[in-house]
Amino acid sequence: MSIGIERVEYVLHLADNALILGQRLGEWCGHGPVLEQDIAMTNIALDYIGRARMLYQYAAGICSPESTEDQLAFMRNEWEYRNLLLVERPNGDFAHTVARQFFLEAFQMDYFKALQHSGDATLSAIAEKSIKETAYHFKWASEWVIRLGDGTEISHHRMQEAVDALWPFTGELFCEAPCESWMRKSFDCPDPAAMRSGWSARLQSVFAAAGLEIPTGNWMQEGGKTGRHTEHMGYILAEMQYMQRAYPGMEW
Amino acid sequence: MDTENMQKAMPTLSFEERIEKDEKIEARDWMPEEYRRTLIRQISQHAHSEIVGMLPEGNWVTRAPSLKRKAILLAKIQDEAGHGLYLYAACETLGVSRDDLLRELHSGKAKYSSIFNYPALTWADMGAIGWLVDGAAIMNQIPLCRTSYGPYVRAMVRICKEESFHQRQGYEIMLTLSRGTEVQRNMAQDALNRWWWPSLMMFGPGDSDSVHSLQNLRWKIKRFSNDELRQRFVDMTVPQADLLGLKIPDPRLCWNPERNHYDFGPIDWDEFWNVVKGNGPCNRERLSDRVAAYENGAWVRDAAIAHAQKQRSKQVPAAS
Repeated sequence: MSIGIERVEYVLHLADNALILGQRLGEWCGHGPVLEQDIAMTNIALDYIGRARMLYQYAAGICSPESTEDQLAFMRNEWEYRNLLLVERPNGDFAHTVARQFFLEAFQMDYFKALQHSGDATLSAIAEKSIKETAYHFKWASEWVIRLGDGTEISHHRMQEAVDALWPFTGELFCEAPCESWMRKSFDCPDPAAMRSGWSARLQSVFAAAGLEIPTGNWMQEGGKTGRHTEHMGYILAEMQYMQRAYPGMEW
Repeated sequence: MDTENMQKAMPTLSFEERIEKDEKIEARDWMPEEYRRTLIRQISQHAHSEIVGMLPEGNWVTRAPSLKRKAILLAKIQDEAGHGLYLYAACETLGVSRDDLLRELHSGKAKYSSIFNYPALTWADMGAIGWLVDGAAIMNQIPLCRTSYGPYVRAMVRICKEESFHQRQGYEIMLTLSRGTEVQRNMAQDALNRWWWPSLMMFGPGDSDSVHSLQNLRWKIKRFSNDELRQRFVDMTVPQADLLGLKIPDPRLCWNPERNHYDFGPIDWDEFWNVVKGNGPCNRERLSDRVAAYENGAWVRDAAIAHAQKQRSKQVPAAS
């Protein structure tokens, strides 16, 4: 099974990103700034939960015969989750949610295109579906970065503040974890560092339209990909895992 | 509004005759002011119920017990937000803006379905709400697909299709629980115990006490009386509870072969009116959550408007 460990970890990294971000977006449900945006955020959350399911099902299949998508999603310990620190950041105000989405989607735009050409057929198929979703999510996030950046003095200030606050969590996007490097060598999966130029170009164009400044700080927080999370993660799991932990082994 | 209405071409048939002939009244048609007001009240109350109804279920999105249930619940709540949108849009055809309607909701002047002032305490409540609350809502709403106002009819046709899907999903949650472990069956029974009576109250006061009923029946805004619909709901739901192996919390519930209906015990109207008046377990929370979402989102809406205006003013000189 040793040959599968890196692959499982890699799939879990992608699955955990999707689950935790879907979970965060789900927190907005019923509380959005306007009904249309409540629907938009629920839509994006649904895409992410759907993607998480496909990835967990794949991981469960290569893990062990007893493993299930829900077991992987709900019954692991905090240090076993492999998601980016960025996706576990709290929703904050709408600007923080938009900035978090924008940073990630700007990265995923090229990432899934590259993953589509990997030698892992299942990941390639999931990537193909994700490309379409990402194009819509990126459009949604960019439009809001521009609206808020350009809108009023208050919204501009809040948007810039959100960008600045989340900036230290963007570095991790481009750090290659051991499982990523293994998957790159074995299955031609993308090198996250190679996404930087496309990501930066998207930032430049959207931030210019929004009148926002790209932060210059280069001290970055990382650890999510290897299981070292922020304090927020424990609360996310306490809530998300509550049913499975309180009533283990039951069908729902 | 009256002057504006009078300026519109008078139809060949009188309003009452058109209603009598089951013709649909459209937004541009002449209508009595009271008919318009009644529709605005009823449709906006329904719209508000959809968006307030997102809260007790939204409460369980982050704790749904499986990924599949999480996705289904999210999709369901999204449908409800969509229903809110169609219904606000239907209201707008009657000359009132969504912002005006929301102001009335937030000030406490406009009502929403009282059922959402009860708390969703366990996962089984997601089942019970779908099964009973959406079930009762469908009973009320299916006749509205034949109501006299066109835009309302079109919104309701779509809404009813989705609601019946929600009801089946809710029942399926209950079915899974009832076939599960003892703790799951207890959870399901507890949810039924708490949601049964409030669901019966959803049909509104008994016919003898309903203020708006008679005129609404005459104008075909309503098609059946509150008590008729309530009876239909009880008759439909009792066998479903039997199939789940759950007990409806009414010692007086029994089949009456003479009436060919189930008899059921008296409803606690004191509780109903108290919840309507704001004394339910969650009235304050629900309203303050809605107000907070609206107020916290004000800067976002302002920004979107300001940005759109800037874009427009940039385009004007370029076009000239």
